[in-house]
Amino acid sequence: MQTTPCVTVQNVSFWYGSNQALFDINMTIPQHAVTAFIGPSGCGKSTFLRCLNRMNDRIDGSKMTGKIELSGQDIRDRSVSVEALRRTVGMVFQKPVPFPMSIYDNVAFGPRTHQLARGRALDELVEKCLIDAALWDEVKDKLKSSAMALSGGQQQRLCIARTLSVSPDVILMDEPCSALDPNSTHRIEELITRLKNEYTVIIVTHNLQQAKRISDMTGFFLRGELVEFGSSETVFGTPARKETDDYINGRFG
Amino acid sequence: MPTIDDRSQSVSGSLTSGTNRKWIDSVYIGAITTMSLALMTLVLAIGCALLWQSMPAIKALGPGFVTGHEWDDATGKYGSAAFLSGTLYSSGIAILVSVPISICSAIFLAELAPKWIRLPITFLIELLAAIPSVVYGLWGIFVLIPLLRDKVMTPALASSTIGKTPILKSLLTGAGYGPSMLAAGLLLAIMITPFITAICRDILLAIPTMQRDAAAGLGTTQAETILKVVLPSAAPGLIGAVMLGFGRAFGETMAVTMVIGNMTPNTPDGRSVALFDPGYTIASAMANKFTEATPGIATAALIELGLVLFVTSMLINFFARSLVRLAARRIAA
Ligand SMILES: Nc1ncnc2c1ncn2[C@@H]1O[C@H](COP(=O)(O)OP(=O)(O)OP(=O)(O)O)[C@@H](O)[C@H]1O
Ligand SMILES: [Mg+2]
Repeated sequence: MQTTPCVTVQNVSFWYGSNQALFDINMTIPQHAVTAFIGPSGCGKSTFLRCLNRMNDRIDGSKMTGKIELSGQDIRDRSVSVEALRRTVGMVFQKPVPFPMSIYDNVAFGPRTHQLARGRALDELVEKCLIDAALWDEVKDKLKSSAMALSGGQQQRLCIARTLSVSPDVILMDEPCSALDPNSTHRIEELITRLKNEYTVIIVTHNLQQAKRISDMTGFFLRGELVEFGSSETVFGTPARKETDDYINGRFG
Repeated sequence: MPTIDDRSQSVSGSLTSGTNRKWIDSVYIGAITTMSLALMTLVLAIGCALLWQSMPAIKALGPGFVTGHEWDDATGKYGSAAFLSGTLYSSGIAILVSVPISICSAIFLAELAPKWIRLPITFLIELLAAIPSVVYGLWGIFVLIPLLRDKVMTPALASSTIGKTPILKSLLTGAGYGPSMLAAGLLLAIMITPFITAICRDILLAIPTMQRDAAAGLGTTQAETILKVVLPSAAPGLIGAVMLGFGRAFGETMAVTMVIGNMTPNTPDGRSVALFDPGYTIASAMANKFTEATPGIATAALIELGLVLFVTSMLINFFARSLVRLAARRIAA
């Protein structure tokens, strides 16, 4: 596969207070591909994901060392605005978090804030994002009703639409299917596969089958270290490290 | 190994056990229901007692009590309008001054302040909310009133620009000797600000962090997150907090009595928007007039004044609740 680097990570370590959560992570995440992170609970996958859009800045007493570059630009450089970074590197959280407003307003929130579109253009943008997130058919007749009344799976797809609405380059997804039924999960997987034509997708998942199905690259984390990183074929087929082999064959974790 | 029969027995056994827990349950629910009914009965009883005891005045004065503004034992004229408007005016001033300060302080405490500073300030604010009102009243008499008289009223009355500015010229005028609507409104504002701030802060803290994260994840700034996500979510609660504060200002007696001057404005309808004029509220009128009231119509009229305060508070509360419900529905729907 073609591998234009999108995100390069060099010697990243991370601390919550005095508690080290990540140890010297190095990797290169390719553009327009799906990269999956797997590993047992508490191994630092979410922490690492949140480093990529500096969401961890919001946590008091946290500290990061090392360097993360997005298309060659150090994301922690003084000249980088964290708001612009988070717009470029969008995030879908594990739990769906719709805003307590209408379905339409949820998707329009980002474009309005960044003044990307208004009027007809905004309507069209909202429609496009909802179509992309495979939600349009279910909500097109009730755009003005509250997002809180949607089912969990619909809310998660709404959150994906909301993330798409500010046209990011990279989309981070932290276990986006963990609260969803098989059907919704299937639709989100389809969506992710479609998204990679335009976006770089980075996803954390506990579902190894899912990682295998949808990802091009896979990283295996264990106790804050990146044990193995490579093409999903290799990681799931002929892993280089024994820990990876044990994990994907269910021998621990 | 248990046979199928054994198992089904043990299942049915577990299904019928716990009957005495049910009994405890009904005692528990019964007790709670009784207590809450007692509370409602109390409110109803107060309303009935007020109504009963003010009957002589209601019969004698009729609707004139609500519309009239004179209160004169000599002529036997009793009207509550001037007091009611004084109450609304002083509480209104208090809310206007207090709400921006309270909401901004609450936002600061819940969203912006560094962690180490939050606890001490919160503690101080809760302390302020607990100071007895007579203490505020004394401070009003010895500090606030002289300050307002010397630094605000006298210069404002002397200023020719204010005398010519359309709205200000009717607001910033009046007797100007100290005790006044302005003093009462400001003192009330000072009293209810910590109270409203404390509640608003709790409401903001109850908004899930995930909401803020989700907004931040879209690249909004902190100010945008607060304005567009946190405040709309919190709006119903904030409105409720403000209304609670209004209710407090509305019924406050001691501190107001000490600084408002206790005089009906000397205008044809007993009303005045002049902030430097003394005024009168329902609560302060009741507190002032009770000692001199002769048994009979004068006392009944005072109790009817209480009835007016009671009913107005109810109406305001009802209005506040509808507002909160409306805002909540607008957000949920
Ligand atoms: N906000 C926080 N403050 C302090 N420690 C944290 C915080 N978030 C995570 N940690 C710690 O950092 C470590 C890594 O957590 P992280 O959430 O990244 O794990 P994870 O791999 O995403 O796990 P899971 O699969 O359960 O989501 C854990 O030991 C956790 O206790
Ligand atoms: Mg996680």
